[in-house]
Amino acid sequence: MRFNTDTVNALRRSAMLLVGALLAIPGAWAQEPIRIGAFLSVTGPAAFLGDPELKTLELYVERLNAAGGVLGRKLQLVAYDDAGDAEKARTFAKRLLEQDKVDVVVGGSTTGTTMAVVPLMEQASTPFISLAGAVVIVEPVKKWVFKTPHTDRMACEKIFVDLQARKLSKVALISGSGGFDKSMRAECMKVASKYGIEFVADETYGATDTDMTTQLTKIKGSGAQAVLNAGFGQGPALVTRNFRQVGLTLPLYQSHGVASKEYIKLSGPAADGVRLPAAALLVSELLDGGDAQKPVVSGYSKAFEDKYKAEVSTFGGHAYDGLMLAVNAIKAAGSTDKAKVRDALEATKGYVGTGGVVNMSANDHMGLDLSAFRMLEIRNGDWTIAK
Amino acid sequence: MAGSWLQFVASGLTTGAIYALVALGFSIIYNASGAINFAQGEFVMIGGMSAVMLLALGLPLLVALPLAVLAAVIVALLVEKLAVEPARHAGTVTLIIITIGVAMFLRGLAQLLWGKGVHRLPAFSSEQPIEWLGATILPQSLWVMAGAALAVVALSWFYGRTLLGKAMRATSHNRTAAQLVGINTRGVLFASFGLAAGLGALGGVLIAPIAFTSYDAGIMLGLKGFAAAMLGGLGSFAGAVLGGLALGLLEGLGAGFVSSAYKDAIAFVVILAVLFLMPGGLLGGRGSERV
Repeated sequence: MRFNTDTVNALRRSAMLLVGALLAIPGAWAQEPIRIGAFLSVTGPAAFLGDPELKTLELYVERLNAAGGVLGRKLQLVAYDDAGDAEKARTFAKRLLEQDKVDVVVGGSTTGTTMAVVPLMEQASTPFISLAGAVVIVEPVKKWVFKTPHTDRMACEKIFVDLQARKLSKVALISGSGGFDKSMRAECMKVASKYGIEFVADETYGATDTDMTTQLTKIKGSGAQAVLNAGFGQGPALVTRNFRQVGLTLPLYQSHGVASKEYIKLSGPAADGVRLPAAALLVSELLDGGDAQKPVVSGYSKAFEDKYKAEVSTFGGHAYDGLMLAVNAIKAAGSTDKAKVRDALEATKGYVGTGGVVNMSANDHMGLDLSAFRMLEIRNGDWTIAK
Repeated sequence: MAGSWLQFVASGLTTGAIYALVALGFSIIYNASGAINFAQGEFVMIGGMSAVMLLALGLPLLVALPLAVLAAVIVALLVEKLAVEPARHAGTVTLIIITIGVAMFLRGLAQLLWGKGVHRLPAFSSEQPIEWLGATILPQSLWVMAGAALAVVALSWFYGRTLLGKAMRATSHNRTAAQLVGINTRGVLFASFGLAAGLGALGGVLIAPIAFTSYDAGIMLGLKGFAAAMLGGLGSFAGAVLGGLALGLLEGLGAGFVSSAYKDAIAFVVILAVLFLMPGGLLGGRGSERV
C-alpha cells in the first residue's frame, strides 16, 4: 500500500519536472529530492510500533523540508505498510530499492521484518537503519545495517547493575510466552553470570493468562531476593497485582516493555515500588536541566503531541533517531553517495537522540551504552528516577 | 507447603470460574441451534469494554453494569437478525462460519471504537485479598464464582420451569416437531442469542477487574470457554461449569506441580483424553437419550 504523501509527492514531482522542462529554468527547487525509503508495520499486530513510527517520519520530513531540506534538496518519504509480515517487508524493500531508487532506508518495525530485508540491503549496498530491538540485527556487524533502539540485553544489564548496587544476587525470573519476553529471558540468562546473578526460579505464563498466583507462589518458596518479570502487554500488570496478592514483598523489576502509563493504570497501587529501565523519552519532564538528552526528548515530545494529540512512545522516538542519523550522515557525506553515507553513519559520534547518545564504530552499529536507560521507580502512581 | 497447594487450587478456581461463565454461553446457543457460536468471546469482551467506557463517561458502577450487559444483548440481537437469521435454512457448519465472521467483525469494530488499549474495571467490593491458611483469593474471584453459580441456577429454572425455556429445549431436540406444535423456532434462536450475550456480558463485567479487558480479549476467552464447554459436555449447563472449573484447576495444578511452561499442554492433553474416552464430555452424551 502506498501512502497519500508519496502519491502527492510523486504528483508534485512530476508536476515540477513538467514545469521545469517547459520553462527550462534549472533551479535549486527542481533538483531531485533525497529519497528516504521506509517499510513499517503500520497495521497488524505490531501496529503499536509502526503507527507512531510512520507519524514521526511524516512529521519530521515535513519539518525538515519546511526548514529548507537537506543539502539544499527536499526530502521525500516513500513509505509502505508491511502489516508486520516479513514476506511483505521483503517485497516492499525490493520495490524501494529497484523502483523508488531510495537513497537510504529507515524502517523495519519488528526484528522479523528487519532480518528478512537485511540480505537485500547488503546486496544493494544501501544504508539501512532498523527500528527493531533484537541484538541479532547488529551482531555480528553487517556492513550496511544499523539500528537505533536499545536492546533487551542492555535492559537486563541495567537491571543487574541496580541489583548489584543493592547487593542482591538470587533472582527469580518470570516471563511471558511472547517473542519479546522469550528473547529478553534468553538475553538475561546469557549475561547474568557477568554480574554475579543467580536465577533460583524460572517461571513462565501464557500471553493471555489471567492469573499468575501459582507461579508467584512457587517463587515465594524459592529463596529469591528479587523478582524480575521479562514481559510485555497486560501480563506484567497481572504479575504485579498477583505479586502483592500472594504477599510477596521482594523488590520487583519489570522490563522496558511495560514503560507506559497504561502499566501503572492497570496495576494500580500494586505498582508502587516497582523498578524498571526505560528510555529518557518517557520521563522528559523528570530529567535534570543539565541532561544532554533533555532538549531533544522534550522537543520531540512536544512536536509529536502537538501534531497528533497522542502520548509519545519510545517507538516513534526510534524513528526520529533513525531519520536524524540518516540526515546527519547525508550532511556529513555532502552527498547521497551510498558508500559515503554509510561511512558517515559508521563514524557517527556524540549524536544525542531520544534513545541515548550514539557513538557508532566499525564494530558497533547501534552505538548506545547503558546510560541510554534510566532506572525508574514507581511512586504513588507515577514515575520517579530511582536513586 | 499446604499454603502453596491451596494457592494453586485458589488460582485454578479463579480462572476456572471465568471459563465456566463463557462456557455457559456456548451451551445456550448450542441448545437452540446445534451450532457453536464463536462470537461468544466477543460478547464477553463487549460487556467488559462497554462497562469501561460507561464508567469513563462518569456513570456510577451500578448503572454502568446493567447498561453494558444491555449493550451486548442489543448487539447480539442485531447479529442474529442481520447475519444469522437470513442463513437459518443453511446447515450448522454455515452458521458456525458466520459466527466466526461476526467475531472478526465485532473485534475490528471494537478496535476502531475503543482503541487497542487494555482496560480494567475497579473491583466491585474490596481489592484486599482474602487470606485463608496461607492461600489468598481476591474478593472479585468470589463475585465471579457466585455469578457462575447463580447463572446455572437461573438457567436451570428458566429451561425447566418456564414456557419459553421449554420451547427452547423442544427446538433443540427437534426443530420440525417444535414447529408443528406451534413453537416459533425463529424467535427461539433470537432469544437464545440475547440470553447468551447477556450472560457473556455479565461474565465480561465480572472478570474485567481481575483479568482486564481489551478489544481482543474475546479470542482467548472464546477458545478456553469452548474447550471448557466441550470438556463438560456441550449443551449441559452443569457440565459447562464443571468443565470450566476442571480446566482452570488443571492449569493451576499443572503449573504448580509440573511446570508453568507446560500448563496449557497438560490441560489440553487431559481434555483430549477425556473426549477420547467420553466423546460427549463429562456431563454430555445425554443427547441420544433425549430422543
